[in-house]
Amino acid sequence: MKNRPEIQPTHPLEDLVRMDRIPHIWCSGCGTGSIFSSCLTAIKQTGIPYNKFSMVSGIGCSGRGAGYINIDSFHTTHGRAIPFATGIKMAKPELNVIVFSGDGDLFAIGGNHFIHAARRNMDITVICVNNLTYGMTGGQVAATTPHRAKSSTTTAGNPETPFNLPLLAYASGATYVARWTMLHARDLADSIEEAIRHKGFSFIEALSPCPVNFGRRNKEKSLDTLKKYYEKTIIRNGANPAEADIDFNKGVILGKFLQISKPTHDEMYKKMYGQSKPNEELKTS
Amino acid sequence: MKPQILTGTHFINGDEACAEGAIAAGCRFFGGYPITPATEVAEHISVRLPHVGGVFIQMEDEIAAMTSILGAAWTGIKTMTATSGPGFSLMMETVGLAIVTETPCVVVNVQRGGPSTGLPTHGAQADMMQVRWGSHGDYEIIALAPSSPQEMFDLTIIAFNLSETYRTPVFIMSDEIVGHMSEKVVIPEASKIKTLSRPKPTGRKDKFKLYKPGPNGVAPMPAIGDGYNVHVTGLTHNEKGYPVMSVDTQKEMMHRLLGKIRNNLDDIIMTEEYLLDDAEFVIVSYGVSARTSYTAVEEARAMGIKAGLLRLITVWPFPDDKIRELAKRVKGFVTVEINMGQIAREVERCAAPTPAYLAGHPGGSIIPPDDVLKILKEAF
Repeated sequence: MKNRPEIQPTHPLEDLVRMDRIPHIWCSGCGTGSIFSSCLTAIKQTGIPYNKFSMVSGIGCSGRGAGYINIDSFHTTHGRAIPFATGIKMAKPELNVIVFSGDGDLFAIGGNHFIHAARRNMDITVICVNNLTYGMTGGQVAATTPHRAKSSTTTAGNPETPFNLPLLAYASGATYVARWTMLHARDLADSIEEAIRHKGFSFIEALSPCPVNFGRRNKEKSLDTLKKYYEKTIIRNGANPAEADIDFNKGVILGKFLQISKPTHDEMYKKMYGQSKPNEELKTS
Repeated sequence: MKPQILTGTHFINGDEACAEGAIAAGCRFFGGYPITPATEVAEHISVRLPHVGGVFIQMEDEIAAMTSILGAAWTGIKTMTATSGPGFSLMMETVGLAIVTETPCVVVNVQRGGPSTGLPTHGAQADMMQVRWGSHGDYEIIALAPSSPQEMFDLTIIAFNLSETYRTPVFIMSDEIVGHMSEKVVIPEASKIKTLSRPKPTGRKDKFKLYKPGPNGVAPMPAIGDGYNVHVTGLTHNEKGYPVMSVDTQKEMMHRLLGKIRNNLDDIIMTEEYLLDDAEFVIVSYGVSARTSYTAVEEARAMGIKAGLLRLITVWPFPDDKIRELAKRVKGFVTVEINMGQIAREVERCAAPTPAYLAGHPGGSIIPPDDVLKILKEAF
């Protein structure tokens, strides 16, 4: 490699990545990295200083996201990213708090926290990398695994029905709900930017292939999944979330399901209990 | 704007005194969940925090309550939660996260009878081993045991100071009796209350290491937004805070976590002695049980038995050296606690070969002094 030029072009997102932690752990063919890039792009697009952001992850493949972003970031316990983020947001409301985690983390073990943060309209942005399985532990059935799909703990097919995540978010009180896939990188980045700017609980589901642990068992190669994302999805902003179940035979709806204006938890707390400035108070003590 | 510290003499219960202690210590965030007999801590502080510029939230469960106080702590403020047995069990996962990420916070357990739902409205001291070992993995913790509403106030302040000094969760191990009893509580003037805050890092931000120990074995701690771009993880991590899956990193991290407590025992351990100088028999007790133990000591003395009391204010880390030192010159120990033998095991471990016995109770009541006397007489 002696002939390699000494000056290499800088990646446009390099200032947001902990380059000393690269290479990352994500498998080839996985969509988490692309979704993570869209998230970083969105942060950059907002033009908000990086120290006004914080990222919180739970456990799992996408839960490692917090470990690669070069801002104050927290890799918490399984399912608990949202209550951790809630603590940050309430104590320092000027921060933009992003939860970046997976479907197993956010909707099985952490499901209770999700519905309550949505109900409160806590002003945080939750990005769910949905790969339909527990990737890191080897492909067990998840709360999002399609009915009849195979996993390492449902070898004859999943007997259960998966969550429709946009519908769950909507029903719980989220005020911004969207779904994209890792193939729709720019739409996803624009949507995340919009969600960060949105006042209130925003939720974005980002579909991602897991060729190693979901695709392999369900006879679906990485490119097959991308082809489905391209051919079998329908972008329909304002669609009814009740129709958003993931069924590629009839087509999967993408886009912004809703964005409504409603006072955030912080706004209501301040209005009803007075100004909350915990950090300023501490300086005087 | 109401005063931040309610200086004066009050007649309040232990739970309320605890909440006032937190306010006086500088606590500005409380994440809670209702549970008997700790609910009054949350109720009281939910009213008080907005007066002092703080925030209160009632979370969806104790897991979330405990987790929320860690997130809030990283914004640079002092945080607390309060619960009882069943909620304490749920918090154990996040207690481990607090320990490994070296996040200061205070956790109050107003103990009730167990196991499981147990005796919600009756006191016990049966979570003393759970607080020590309840989360998985190896670690050291700090736990204090208040004996009165006044101590609920005083020790809550000390708990915050220890927590900020050692970057670790600190536990107030109270019980239903102390939590619900009302007594005189004196709140001093603000200038007389000693409060400590975690040291902030100085120096180059790009060279900063989140867990590089300072002189007392503890690293300074930045807040979110200070520009240090910290990464905080529950995985085994190096001094920078980055996850490293290696035996060497595990060893280095564990030595730091254990060392910062084990090497500062003199600063952390608080005990109180009553008639110990010439004592031949030592009653070891803590919390509400220590109160009946004073009477037992006096009654024993009246009967000609030279008894004395060692009251543990700090229960964890355990005062091994103190018990060993006493064991050299006394004839025996009796540990008085509302459980069937938890701290008694620690006393026995340190006292050997000097005999050590338990004056225990299955839960739901204080231990009458007569019961302690009976065991003292039978044993020796």
